[in-house]
Amino acid sequence: MKMPGARIVLECLKREGVDVMFGLPGGAVLPIYDALYDFEGLRHILVRQEAAAGHAAEGYARTTGRVGVCLVTSGPAATNLVTALQDAYMDSIPIVAFTGQVPTHLIGNDAFQEADNCGITRPCTKHNFLVKDGKDLGPIIREAFHLAATGRPGPVHIDLPKDILVKEAELVWPQRVQMRSYNPNYDGHPGQIKKAARLLARAERPVLYVGGGVIIADADAELRELAELTQTPVTTTLMGLGAFPSAHPLSLEMLGMHGTYYANMAVHHSDVLVAVGARFDDRVTGRVEAFAPHAQIVHIDIDPSSISKNIKVDVPIVGDCRRVLRALIEAVREELGHDVPASVREGRRQWADRIGEWREKFPLRYEWSDDVIKPQYVIQELSNLTQGEAFLVTGVGQHQMWAAQYYKFRHPRRWCTSGGLGTMGYGLPTAMGVQAGQPGRLVVNVDGDGSFAMNSQELATCFTEGLPVKTIIINNSGHGMVRQWQRIIYKERYCAIDLPGVPDWVKLAEAYGCVGLRVSKPAEVVPALEKMLSTPAPVVLDVCVDKDECVFPMVPAGGANTEMILAPPTREVRDRAARSQTGF
Amino acid sequence: MSQNGNEPRKHTIAVLVENKFGVLSRVAGLFSARGYNIESLSVGETLDATVSRMTIVVHGDEFVIEQVMKQLHKLIDVIKVSDLTDDDHVERELMLIRINAEPQHRAEILRTADIFRAKVVDVTPLSFTLEATGDEEKLEALIELLRPMGIQELVRTGKVAIARGPKTRARKTVEPPKRPRVPDDPRVVGFAD
Repeated sequence: MKMPGARIVLECLKREGVDVMFGLPGGAVLPIYDALYDFEGLRHILVRQEAAAGHAAEGYARTTGRVGVCLVTSGPAATNLVTALQDAYMDSIPIVAFTGQVPTHLIGNDAFQEADNCGITRPCTKHNFLVKDGKDLGPIIREAFHLAATGRPGPVHIDLPKDILVKEAELVWPQRVQMRSYNPNYDGHPGQIKKAARLLARAERPVLYVGGGVIIADADAELRELAELTQTPVTTTLMGLGAFPSAHPLSLEMLGMHGTYYANMAVHHSDVLVAVGARFDDRVTGRVEAFAPHAQIVHIDIDPSSISKNIKVDVPIVGDCRRVLRALIEAVREELGHDVPASVREGRRQWADRIGEWREKFPLRYEWSDDVIKPQYVIQELSNLTQGEAFLVTGVGQHQMWAAQYYKFRHPRRWCTSGGLGTMGYGLPTAMGVQAGQPGRLVVNVDGDGSFAMNSQELATCFTEGLPVKTIIINNSGHGMVRQWQRIIYKERYCAIDLPGVPDWVKLAEAYGCVGLRVSKPAEVVPALEKMLSTPAPVVLDVCVDKDECVFPMVPAGGANTEMILAPPTREVRDRAARSQTGF
Repeated sequence: MSQNGNEPRKHTIAVLVENKFGVLSRVAGLFSARGYNIESLSVGETLDATVSRMTIVVHGDEFVIEQVMKQLHKLIDVIKVSDLTDDDHVERELMLIRINAEPQHRAEILRTADIFRAKVVDVTPLSFTLEATGDEEKLEALIELLRPMGIQELVRTGKVAIARGPKTRARKTVEPPKRPRVPDDPRVVGFAD
């Protein structure tokens, strides 16, 4: 059946089961918006800036497990989207981004709102397509969704020239997608799994190092079973938070640059480290030579290029986390059935004791004050009031680290943060996307004053589209994380970090039709949080916190994970940190 | 600096890719983005018009090359990646070289060309242009011999490489099933052998 290209696009989205997309119209995509006018079953959420469309698609994808979709026009819109595409690429989030393009005969002619969209997004997407013929639309869209969602997920970009959208063509919908050049391996090699099982069963000081891959694979149940079966402590990366309940006795919480003392020490002294769905990122490893120096490393990952990229591993297993963990559990059960020597059992007991000691010696802590609000307190109370059940989104900076440290996670797919790219301004648009995919549920955006300012215009979208996102601004009147580095590593040479009290966030929220609240005393925090959580509208809660608070523990860049700074540093510690500044 | 104690060296990698718009840019972009050192790159169609073959010469140690191969594989348009360096393979490169042809050197140049089985493709009162094919060593040697005459311009295609064929042909012989010998003549009852 012949129909205009624009209508083919919408029909294909419907066949892929897309129910909501985020976008902003423009000249090159007018045909699609015209087709959307009387198209049933697809909700379009109009954002205020194109990057927000991309981030919203990310938030939607991360929390629902489905592919997020965004649509923007050509030229500046496509370039605005690049940040969100790179973010999705770094964090392996499945989105399909449609951009408009000038008509095919004008490509390369420096036409109005023309940009080399495909050339620009080539390095920051899993794959991209330029559609040259209407009959290719169906196969391309089918392939795009397949690529986005399978293997290691990632963003896929489709460039749509305007004349293709206008011309009539046949809707070709392939039954199956079969690509000779793309065949991800899902089942781990049985021999390797057996090897890993043997190592894990006989380990005296094992640790499970869990990343975002476990959440992508929906493997939290298998992870829990394996951890409990082998009584192995579990530590997660920033992206893996939620894969294992924070309150579980075996949970070591987060590791890495701002991870807990006990997690970093446990990994350092482990003899078997099982990495599941994690990629040994530099924020986690610290100085590579000093990372887990005594451990035999098992690495389970779906992406072969992640294995032995930074750290040589002993038992690599390429495969889907869920399938491999299932097979590993069976193999471990078999191993445990044989005689596990008493020395191993004794070693394990000592290991658990040792970890308990580290926990007691240096838990996460901050100093209470009756006069000024401590940001960590806000997160703690939020965690208590929501019982760890809220959908939590953050911006980037100190507030992000405190949210990761102090919120007690219970379920996967409720935590959205920009890990690999660290995009400021991520919070509000992503929370919008989460809310669109989770109507009626509580979505909280913990943001910083610096990050929030980057995409605050999306408050308008929240208001107009009925997305009651609750934003908490951890307001320390500046770029907190940069300030922390300048204080500790750059010898208090503060430069370009001050954001004096403008705008008035409460007035800004009200200008956008949302509810604005402010607190500046510790006693006001809990009542304000309660009010915020019970208001059925988008809320901005401006929390004025202590400017001088730093995120601890902190591993200075270039340092080993055992060289954590645990408290505001002395001059000697500061000098040492400045000297170790060899990395980034 | 090399990890694993391996020394960096040149690797010849053959990549089969989908013959689609932008694929050369993808591969080149991958190398530039990750900072790998391309020495040469040549690409052309294969027997299957939908598949192109690239031959890339990369400099690096074992660790780097392993990552290069894995990253190439990760590209959606890449069908197959093989490192030919340590396998038996044949490498060739084509070179066009234009040299000063002073009267007193002309005979020498022609002799050298003859030795290297290079062809003379252009002659002017002031220059010769030679076309030579061979592996890297041969072409380097030819350049060195011609350098004293004065090389005006030199252009090389970059290596192409192909794996050598298998050394032995696995001969599959099917023995006919052993059937008992049946005498034709009814007077014969059996055989003595």
